[in-house]
Amino acid sequence: GYLDDQFVQLEELQDHANPNFVEEVVALFYKDSSRLLLNIDQALEKKPLEFTKLDGYMHQFKGSSSSIGAKKVKAECTLFRDYCRAGNAEGCMRTFQQLKKEYATLRKKLEAYFQ
Amino acid sequence: MNCGRGGKGVGAGSMSAVASGGVSDQFPAGLRVLVVDDDPTCLMILERMLKACRYEVTKCNRAETALTLLRQNKNGFDVVISDVHMPDMDGFKLLEHIGLEMDLPVIMMSADDGKQVVMKGITHGACDYLIKPIRIEALKNIWQHVVRKRKNEWKDLDPLGSGVEDGDRPQKVSDDADYTSSANEDNWKGAKKRKDGEEEVEERDETSTLKKPRVVWSVELHQQFVAAVNQLGTDKAVPKKILELMNVPGLTRENVASHLQKYRLYLKRICSAQQQPNGLNLAPQDAAYVPLPSLNGFDYQAVAAAGQLQPQSLATLQMAGLGRPGSKSGIGITNADQKNLFSFENPKSRYGDELHQQQIANAGNQPNLLHGIPTTMEPRQLAHFQQSSQSFGNLNMQINTHGSNGTSLMMSMAQQPPRGAILNEVAAGNVSRIASQLNPMNGNAGILVRNVVAENSSGQVYNPVVTQGPSMVDFVAKHPAEFSSSGFPLASTPGTSSIISKVPAQDDINSQLKGAGGYVPSYDIFSELQQHKSQDWALPGVGLNFDGSLNAHPVQGSFDVSPSVLVNQGISSGQRSEANSNASPAGSATLLPGQPNGQTINQHLTGLHVEGAQVPKVERDQNLNSQHTLYSEQFGQDDLMTAILKQQQFGLGAVEPEFDFDGFPMDNVRV
Repeated sequence: GYLDDQFVQLEELQDHANPNFVEEVVALFYKDSSRLLLNIDQALEKKPLEFTKLDGYMHQFKGSSSSIGAKKVKAECTLFRDYCRAGNAEGCMRTFQQLKKEYATLRKKLEAYFQ
Repeated sequence: MNCGRGGKGVGAGSMSAVASGGVSDQFPAGLRVLVVDDDPTCLMILERMLKACRYEVTKCNRAETALTLLRQNKNGFDVVISDVHMPDMDGFKLLEHIGLEMDLPVIMMSADDGKQVVMKGITHGACDYLIKPIRIEALKNIWQHVVRKRKNEWKDLDPLGSGVEDGDRPQKVSDDADYTSSANEDNWKGAKKRKDGEEEVEERDETSTLKKPRVVWSVELHQQFVAAVNQLGTDKAVPKKILELMNVPGLTRENVASHLQKYRLYLKRICSAQQQPNGLNLAPQDAAYVPLPSLNGFDYQAVAAAGQLQPQSLATLQMAGLGRPGSKSGIGITNADQKNLFSFENPKSRYGDELHQQQIANAGNQPNLLHGIPTTMEPRQLAHFQQSSQSFGNLNMQINTHGSNGTSLMMSMAQQPPRGAILNEVAAGNVSRIASQLNPMNGNAGILVRNVVAENSSGQVYNPVVTQGPSMVDFVAKHPAEFSSSGFPLASTPGTSSIISKVPAQDDINSQLKGAGGYVPSYDIFSELQQHKSQDWALPGVGLNFDGSLNAHPVQGSFDVSPSVLVNQGISSGQRSEANSNASPAGSATLLPGQPNGQTINQHLTGLHVEGAQVPKVERDQNLNSQHTLYSEQFGQDDLMTAILKQQQFGLGAVEPEFDFDGFPMDNVRV
């Protein structure tokens, strides 16, 4: 399960009047999340880490991910934020790598879905 | 969807009908929803969901845009859904502003479900709080908030005795007492909104019998109102008499009562905020909307967040603040600036700003602030705005501009105010722009004038000027954080808190204020501010005691925020105080107990009276010690707030002349 119930909600919102709704949303998500991920990447390179800022980015990212129902990605976001709050730089970096992996997987899955 | 009433009627009509239960059969279809979220994905999804619920959706990704839209379209929306975390303005601030200016139900949403955040939403006056990801079921129900609000408005009207404003309801003679209840506000708001020029019943749709026609308090009307109030004197300014004096056909006692309530709140806000730059209302301000409500956090932070502060503004402020006094340095800071001011260098600029703010009006700032406000801000917001800007000295301005807007959110700061201070008025919000002018404290650390730089969430930067009396000062200094919690969106910026801490003991207030931005943390100050109201406006130290009255009058719910607005402004006020100390001792005195600044504060305060109509005498003379005295003007704190609010509404045009001194010519507000 990479996508939770929220995704189902999106599917339900799709209808004749909005036939490509899910696709549009996902496209938007990609665009927005790429930007956020980039920001986070850059922020992670700054030393020392600015945890507050990172937390902020991640909060946004988490919000988007959860709106499309990206369950696993969202879980990584939460973990990341926990590390941020704890000031655990290494935990953050690690989690972020993991998050990016999940994100990549998600995109693949969604691509398949849209075929 | 087609409704019998026609598409147009659906939204509006249904709303009005709601109250009486004569809801349009189409309702809730056609509910006009404004959704604000910086996340495009969420925004798109929400829009789709809302449309699926058959609502009329308008989306925006920036809080400022939302506020502008709302201001331009006073009755164009029934409910607002806003995200908490937004880059340009804190959601709580926006909340405050909206509460102050438009009194619309606002639903907050966030992926954050932490208890604190949710609590903050509540204290800022949100009707509901949704956790993301949002499900469509949750949205299907949002109409209940609209209905509920309407119902409460109606209900409030009754107690007032004044019948409903709109013709539908039988008018009941209500006592002349000022209603501090939110109902008044609602009514007022409604009245305000409705009236474009002079009492016009807005026709929402033919069906709603319960529909409360909203009176729109135009600039002229408000001026008439203020004149009447001033003429009567604070004590005697009861709705009935005011109504008689105004002699406006079609205006009901209720209209006046609710307007009065708002005005008082506004005045209070102004007093306390004195310095606050009402950045809140300024519509143009892209800078933080400071929803009044959260005074806490001193808008300083919000301001900072807003980033709007321009160094120069700050500098000006500081200078103004420091040097103050008399210089009307015209802070020239537009609302946005104000906001920035606060956020920007809170410590220093605050002072400067505050002073300026007070001086406002004249300085170039006013125009900005006020201008911005009047156009878009509803009177309430004006209040906020004024407050916040005031701290910059623009307060006066705001009040003046207020005239046009009629919604003096300032008062409700809910920013806001707000509350949410706006606010800064809240937030919008109004929040609470209470520009906390720290001023004059010149020594009064107590002046917590918080400049509600309204950045709080609403993006409006208002610096709640929380001028607290001596006690307040300490409070402020000690509880910077508290303010934030008070829920004034103003404080949203973390920076503010720092400011608060800065607020040094009264003795050092001056110096500290600068740095600390002395905002009056939390409501406590606010209450105090309210008391001072009139005076504190200009002086941060003045410690506007917002007594319960202010709080009592929950402007949009977040009004209480106004105090916060003040608080927020406190930050700016902190700055101000310094400035103030130099500047006019205008009654803001309350800031520091026993501090000589009081005098300066007084002056400031007087300056604050934007409306000029009533310059609280107290302020002028007051010495800090007499914090409350400042407030004593005709209006109790409530009046002040209302005044402030009104001012906003009215576009502060009235503000005026008092700007000569450092304080904001908030005289009117003071009332």
